[in-house]
Amino acid sequence: MLAFLVQRVSQALLVMFVISVIAFAIQDGLGDPLQEMVGMSVSSEEREAIREELGLNDSFVVQYLRFAGSAIQGDLGNSYFYSKPALEVIAEHLPATLELVIGASLIIIVLSVPIGVYAAIRPQAWLSKFFMGVSTVGISIPVFLTAIVLIQLFSIGVTVNWFPADTGWGQWLNEFFTTEGGLPSYGRGDDLVHLFGTWESGLFTGEGLAHLVLPCVSLASIMLPLFIRLIRAEMMEVLQSDYIRYARAKGLGAGRINFLHALKNTMLPVITVGGVQLGIMVAYTILTETVFQWPGLGLMFLEAITRSDIPLIVAYLMVVGLIFVVTNTLVDLIYGLVNPTVKLTGKKA
Amino acid sequence: MKKLLAAFVGSMALASTPVAVAADATKNLKVAYDADPVTLDIHEQLSGGIMQLSHMSFDPLLRWTKDLGFEPRLAESWERVDDNTMRFRLRKGVKFHSGNEFTSADVEFTFDRLKQSQDFKAIFKPFSRVDVIDEYTFDLVTSEPYPLLLNTATYIFPLDSKFYSGQTEDGKDKGAILKHGSSFASDNLSGTGPYTVTERKQGVRVEFERFADYWDIDSPGNVGKIVLTPIKENATRVSALLSGGVDFIAPVPPNDLDRIKRDRNSELVTMSGTRIILFHMNQERVEAFKNPKVRQAIAYAINQEGIAAKIMKGFATPAAQMSPAGYQGHNENLKPRFDVEKAKKLMKEAGYEDGFTITMMAPNNRYVNDDKIAQAAAAMLARINIKVDLKTLPKAQFWPEYDNRAADMMLIGWHADTEDSANFYEFLTFCPDADSGAGQYNAGNYCNPEIDALVEKANVETDLDKRAAMLQDVEQRLYDDAAFLPLHWQDLAWAAKKGVNIEPVLNVMNFPYLGDLVVE
Repeated sequence: MLAFLVQRVSQALLVMFVISVIAFAIQDGLGDPLQEMVGMSVSSEEREAIREELGLNDSFVVQYLRFAGSAIQGDLGNSYFYSKPALEVIAEHLPATLELVIGASLIIIVLSVPIGVYAAIRPQAWLSKFFMGVSTVGISIPVFLTAIVLIQLFSIGVTVNWFPADTGWGQWLNEFFTTEGGLPSYGRGDDLVHLFGTWESGLFTGEGLAHLVLPCVSLASIMLPLFIRLIRAEMMEVLQSDYIRYARAKGLGAGRINFLHALKNTMLPVITVGGVQLGIMVAYTILTETVFQWPGLGLMFLEAITRSDIPLIVAYLMVVGLIFVVTNTLVDLIYGLVNPTVKLTGKKA
Repeated sequence: MKKLLAAFVGSMALASTPVAVAADATKNLKVAYDADPVTLDIHEQLSGGIMQLSHMSFDPLLRWTKDLGFEPRLAESWERVDDNTMRFRLRKGVKFHSGNEFTSADVEFTFDRLKQSQDFKAIFKPFSRVDVIDEYTFDLVTSEPYPLLLNTATYIFPLDSKFYSGQTEDGKDKGAILKHGSSFASDNLSGTGPYTVTERKQGVRVEFERFADYWDIDSPGNVGKIVLTPIKENATRVSALLSGGVDFIAPVPPNDLDRIKRDRNSELVTMSGTRIILFHMNQERVEAFKNPKVRQAIAYAINQEGIAAKIMKGFATPAAQMSPAGYQGHNENLKPRFDVEKAKKLMKEAGYEDGFTITMMAPNNRYVNDDKIAQAAAAMLARINIKVDLKTLPKAQFWPEYDNRAADMMLIGWHADTEDSANFYEFLTFCPDADSGAGQYNAGNYCNPEIDALVEKANVETDLDKRAAMLQDVEQRLYDDAAFLPLHWQDLAWAAKKGVNIEPVLNVMNFPYLGDLVVE
């Protein structure tokens, strides 16, 4: 176990080293951070003086060594825009993103497992076909569009009068498609509960939760179809395996077979994929957070790029790299719990 | 006497309790701009966002009215003492948010700080000093006669000198202006303005509350609390208004103007703006651009009205000069000169009938539809056989390229900080000179010392009618010479919920005077 953790930590360090070098190497391509810091009419000498002060005129190696020197001591530099340590800025934005990812993950778990299992057990039922059809559509719509449609339907609201209002069915259809709106379309709301440190949570108030609904649904919409299909496919395969037939032959109840024996084995690959997807979800938050003005890491990162806020970009990439390593480590640990025959260190059981 | 004192104390107590404010200013306002102020130090950066903050939490000596006149604010009156001196008399009984009394000393402190600010020192270069006469009188002295003295005085938002003097607990100077890193002034604020900042989370929200002791008791403003949320994404900002999440948004993207007009609960206000969008034709890079006929041909080839109507959706005023209407240099006679036949003829006369190939660069996230404008211009130039190799870049990458003059034609937008024509010429058409900083953004390398001399002369002409005639002459000459290729003035648009009367507090400078905003 210890050897495994040591190995993972050294991997994490390597990943972060590589990321920092790459991030540093591309900074020239990102543009000039000064243009966001000074007005248009500031003279070129003034600009040069600021550039010198920031150390932007030094060579790549000098800049990188300076960065690495303080990074080893836990200081990733100050964000140009926020005028604060980059890590502090990230710590302030992290909770919003985590809550978004948690909310979306909950939606995915709560919906994908029952739907996937149902579709595997009753592949011919019309409801299964319906779910599969919807998930195919869902997987092909970009999150940006999903978000804008959701906002139009549930924040602004639409009035539908496509059908003849003087007939009963027309009236009913019109009302069916007309939405009220009213759900918040941006931000996290004003009613946040301070938990600890920089964590201000929207999970404990009605207003906070209301603000979470649309962003979480949008974010979940990308991964949900994938998981439904994955669980369905795995489950169908497991249901064909010998031990399930044996269990059936033994006369075990369907519930016990499906949910205890089959589901458990179905979940192994799902957890692996889930761990990787969680990392990808952090990347998708960039889009979701931009549409919903969600003050999390994704929005912060996108804005940091438009401002060429290099220290913040580098720090973000390193933190996200760390998140990837940590989630993958956790996935491996959970894997061991679900299936005790899998040994982390690769030794024989 | 005792009674009087008691009454006074009583009224003071009343004024400082929130209850008294609530009686006048009870409305809440949720605002969504595309960005929030980057700092609370109004001398750290000269930008639209900072100017908007300045008008919320500070007051200028005088401010622009809707028709580009002046109205007194902290200065009650002013008179010219001699060619180089203007005497201002200050309003009495004005208090800063900290409770300190506002006096001439604060103006002097502010002026000295402006002279040190990297962003503001250029505007205040013609000024030599502030002479304090007494507590409520001071002289503003320029080194030469300066016709734009009052224009510039709109940038003097007196700071609370006592509040910003001394040292913080960790020994830093409270008055220091820091471009990067946090300073006392970038996190704390004390002005005389209608709103105090009660909470600020950068990039997330800023909360303002009506200042209980605000001096302008005649202001009709009845907004007690403002929450400003930056919403960068255009579609999200518009949705926030349409869904009732916010009461007031700016800017409104051109694509959504109709949507807001159609909405029964919203109101749209648009104005012709003062920001000119233009192309420079680099004479240093392209031999042909040295020939005035080629430049004129290009001016004839571009259909400004078409761009304004089709690409900007009517959200722009076609331009044939830099000075917008209302500026001294605005020359009524200059009209866009779209005529392709004429353009072809000029190309032929110049010996470029077969055309040539040039490169063009434009930003793609700086001005409204900037990349599409460049594409349209490139297509129009193709009709006179000028082949354009166009590259559009995000602004962070565009400006370094601009500084290097990396393409033959480059797009730029310019708003004159002084709200005066001369500022355009100084930055965009003056003969480039690295030492004096003249022509800093003149990517055309156009140089006409005669015109520069005329502008210099206008800059010391205090007879405003004479000065206007000179500047209009400059515009005419630049037009005849086709020194650059003007496209349009970008319009401004704001939108608000019905009942939020934004129209009276808006202006072409895009500094909404939210202190005077009335919400029904």
